[in-house]
Amino acid sequence: MADSQVLTKKDFKSDQDVRWCPGCGDYAILNCVQGVMATLGIPRHQLCFVSGIGCSSRFPYYMNSYGFHTIHGRAPAFATGIKTANPNLSVWLVTGDGDGLSIGGNHMAHILRRNVDVKILLFNNEIYGLTKGQFSPTSPQGIKTKTSPMGSVDRPFDPVSFALGCGATFVARTIDTHQKHMEQVLLAAAHHKGSAFVEIYQNCVIFNDGAFDKVAEKTVRDDKTVDLRPGQPMVFGKNHDKGIKIDGWEPVVCSAAEAQTWRSDTHSPGPAFVMSQMDSNPELPRPIGIFRDVSAPTFDEGIQQQIQKAQAARGKGSLEKLIHSGETWTVS
Amino acid sequence: MSQTHAHGAEPPVQPFESVVIRFAGDSGDGMQITGNQFTHTSAVIGNDLATFPDYPAEIRAPAGTRPGVSGFQVRFSSSDIHTPGDQPDVLVAMNPAALIVNIKDLRPGGIVVVNTGQFTDGDLKKAALNTNPLTDGSLKGFRVIEIDINKRVTEALKSTSLSSKEVQRCKNFYTLGLMYWLYNRPVETTMKWLDEKFAKKPELAEANKLAMQAGYNAGDIHEFFQGRYEVLPCTSMPKGEYRNIMGNDATALGLVAGAQLANLQLFLGSYPITPASGILEALAAYKHFGVITFQAEDEIAAICSALGSAYAGCLGLTTTSGPGMALKTEAMGLAVSVELPLVIVDVQRGGPSTGLPTKTEQADLLQAIFGRNGEAPIPVLAASTPSDAFDCAVEACRIAVQYMTPVILLTDGYIANGAEPWKLPEIKDLKPFPAKFQESVPEGGFLPYSRNEFNARPWAKPGTPGLEHRIGGIEKAHLTGHISYDPENHEFMCKMRQQKVMGIRETIPTPPVLGDSTGDVLVLGWGSTRGAITSAVEELRKKGKKVSALHLRHMWPLPKGLENIFANFRAVLVPEMNLGQLVRVLRSEYTQHNFISYPKIQGQPFRTSELTKKIESILEK
Ligand SMILES: Cc1ncc(C[n+]2csc(CCOP(=O)(O)OP(=O)(O)O)c2C)c(N)n1
Ligand code: SF4
Ligand SMILES: [Mg+2]
Repeated sequence: MADSQVLTKKDFKSDQDVRWCPGCGDYAILNCVQGVMATLGIPRHQLCFVSGIGCSSRFPYYMNSYGFHTIHGRAPAFATGIKTANPNLSVWLVTGDGDGLSIGGNHMAHILRRNVDVKILLFNNEIYGLTKGQFSPTSPQGIKTKTSPMGSVDRPFDPVSFALGCGATFVARTIDTHQKHMEQVLLAAAHHKGSAFVEIYQNCVIFNDGAFDKVAEKTVRDDKTVDLRPGQPMVFGKNHDKGIKIDGWEPVVCSAAEAQTWRSDTHSPGPAFVMSQMDSNPELPRPIGIFRDVSAPTFDEGIQQQIQKAQAARGKGSLEKLIHSGETWTVS
Repeated sequence: MSQTHAHGAEPPVQPFESVVIRFAGDSGDGMQITGNQFTHTSAVIGNDLATFPDYPAEIRAPAGTRPGVSGFQVRFSSSDIHTPGDQPDVLVAMNPAALIVNIKDLRPGGIVVVNTGQFTDGDLKKAALNTNPLTDGSLKGFRVIEIDINKRVTEALKSTSLSSKEVQRCKNFYTLGLMYWLYNRPVETTMKWLDEKFAKKPELAEANKLAMQAGYNAGDIHEFFQGRYEVLPCTSMPKGEYRNIMGNDATALGLVAGAQLANLQLFLGSYPITPASGILEALAAYKHFGVITFQAEDEIAAICSALGSAYAGCLGLTTTSGPGMALKTEAMGLAVSVELPLVIVDVQRGGPSTGLPTKTEQADLLQAIFGRNGEAPIPVLAASTPSDAFDCAVEACRIAVQYMTPVILLTDGYIANGAEPWKLPEIKDLKPFPAKFQESVPEGGFLPYSRNEFNARPWAKPGTPGLEHRIGGIEKAHLTGHISYDPENHEFMCKMRQQKVMGIRETIPTPPVLGDSTGDVLVLGWGSTRGAITSAVEELRKKGKKVSALHLRHMWPLPKGLENIFANFRAVLVPEMNLGQLVRVLRSEYTQHNFISYPKIQGQPFRTSELTKKIESILEK
């Protein structure tokens, strides 16, 4: 395949039957990702999708690229190995709320902290889909599932807050049913150098249907969400008449004219963190869009640079010299 | 203290074939450094040698207590030796705890050098002693050399600007100097080492040199000893160039060499753990060989990153010890399923759980061979000496690359930290096994799960146009590698993976028998028991006993031809540092033969004398 050839969405569809439940939010995400790949024009052979285990993690099978469906929770470690071994690849990681934040929470924290140049898509359906509907670390407290018949006692955590706390250099949120928004966010993630963490609200029609309806359903979405666009005022509402400003330490609703301009590149991730915690206040719209986008050296580059530096200083190692290094003596 | 010759007279130099010294002190006394320096100097002057460092799990147990005692035993010899020796000839004890913990091992009539500067009532109390062993008769039958090393070092370093605490830290070099004098060895190698080690703190290099010189001169001036001893270079070792090597370093070198022979970049994902960290540390210094070292957040991430790198075209490597091995289990299963080259090094230590982190054991064998969910065959190798770890590491890389499979290499704490002279291999004798990547679409289309003559699947790395494919842990259809839940296919694939691993037998030699190929007892060993077994068998053969030895390197699959060897002996004795793991495998694989298990699980290697006794008891039956 010539690199110059114009790629279309179809080029990224694999020959495998997609096996998600009809109506699952994963379809919309797959569709959008395939479109974004065509827009980005990354040759298929340079693209590698890595995933853990879960409904969401079946994703690589449906992409006509290189792909590695690994084990539950560990995809960040595989992705780190792949990207560090070959920094020329465009590496994308697909995970779920259970895969990425429960069993794999540790690895997620570390890939973000290291700033490995991997794009991470966390499909958050606030439930364990593949194992048929147990509560997850993002399920709201009190959720009734098969393993929490009296309601879960667990307090959830917010994926965006989590990623910010890990020092992620790019953090965003989008919605499965909001294709245009998702496309913009994914393109921004793709263009970010370093770890890019994108939480995608994803509807599980079977085990947690409508989990995000209160904010994400098309008829209420404009009033119930605010899109964080770097450099743009935080305006929302069907009629673009409302805004968000920071009063003291708290975000409050104001008129569109008073809306503060959103900055995703402040020195401290503090403002982004404040936004990510708006979730817990039902009076406020739910922020989506780009919470954070700052540049920092990447892990994979750092590793390669050290190797180059060592080779420049000491010359490329030879087997002969290696074995004969240290003090030797001869028995004759 | 004995004074038998006039002051100033040159003491006689008496030759010895082989000597064992044990340096013992508090874990803060620098006994490991002292032992290593003595070893290194002995290596450079051409002795054969073997070492046994034995140190506590705590970095600094309360000073002066028995649990805080750190020891380093070195045996140096003018003839071929295989073990660090059962009993020290000389014990250097830096405090009462070191003395009391180690004196029981000293050979009757042996020399004990005691630092009396550390024998106050308080010191005795810390060592839980009610009476002073120097005066209560505990040292009867030994030659006791009493030196107030604390005082001697203070005097020797008077002229320096170091604090008294820093001065006392140089004590170990005083004892090293004294031992160099006693065994007639040069101080230059250590001088040079000090200059390099303290390049940025020349005053410390100077101070340690002064202390060492003071110890050396003390031998001459103070006449502690009746004479000096000499252990001549070992000329019976095979001709060639040698260097002194520790097991972990040899493993690291072997892995770098293996990657070069495979023409691959080496990627190590690892998480620090005793006694395996040394390999990660060693490889971190080989960046100019293109080696990538990734210190992961845990052992799971370590193996997963390595397997990811293998998918991307590197030789994947992960290094650990027992508890880390347990964590890697699930990913090993994935490695079996996706069939990528991955070397897993397990430096075994005492278990279960945290067990005895700094002690040696061989109790991970069954875990290595069988310890995974599902049918997940993985070839297993075991190194038998520090230098053998080099060859085994190269062999592990060969199997991984040639068969597209994970490979487990077992070493242990005794090998990892022990040292011996290593006859350097000729580069031309190291046979390359270059990895072959699939680089273009073959006629008829690319089949990621097709197989070659070794039953290995093709390796197509991301970045190669036209070969885009997906792999994963769900069962794969033969040839296409697509997800498959087909019952027949699953059985086919399980058998195929099994057949592939068992097929490795075709490329491994039957190990040679040490001694006659028929006899009464065959001692069958694996791993680090080799030295003690070899010594015991050689000793008994000299007495005319019909005893032979066989040592396994390939633990799974087992080499061909073993049954024919077993058939020529009345009994096969299997000594292992576990409760009898290899013997279980042998009993299920070779049902015709009489295997006698000889387990030892004390965190300590076998002594030659233990083995000779056991073998003799079988011969008598
Ligand atoms: C080691 C291990 N433990 C448990 C499982 C079972 N398991 C598979 S997926 C999953 C949860 C998936 O939830 P999530 O990551 O949210 O993905 P979703 O299916 O919702 O997309 C669990 C518990 C497993 N495959 N492996
Ligand atoms: S169970 Fe839920 S998440 Fe999984 S495929 Fe079905 S709808 Fe999608
Ligand atoms: Mg989920």
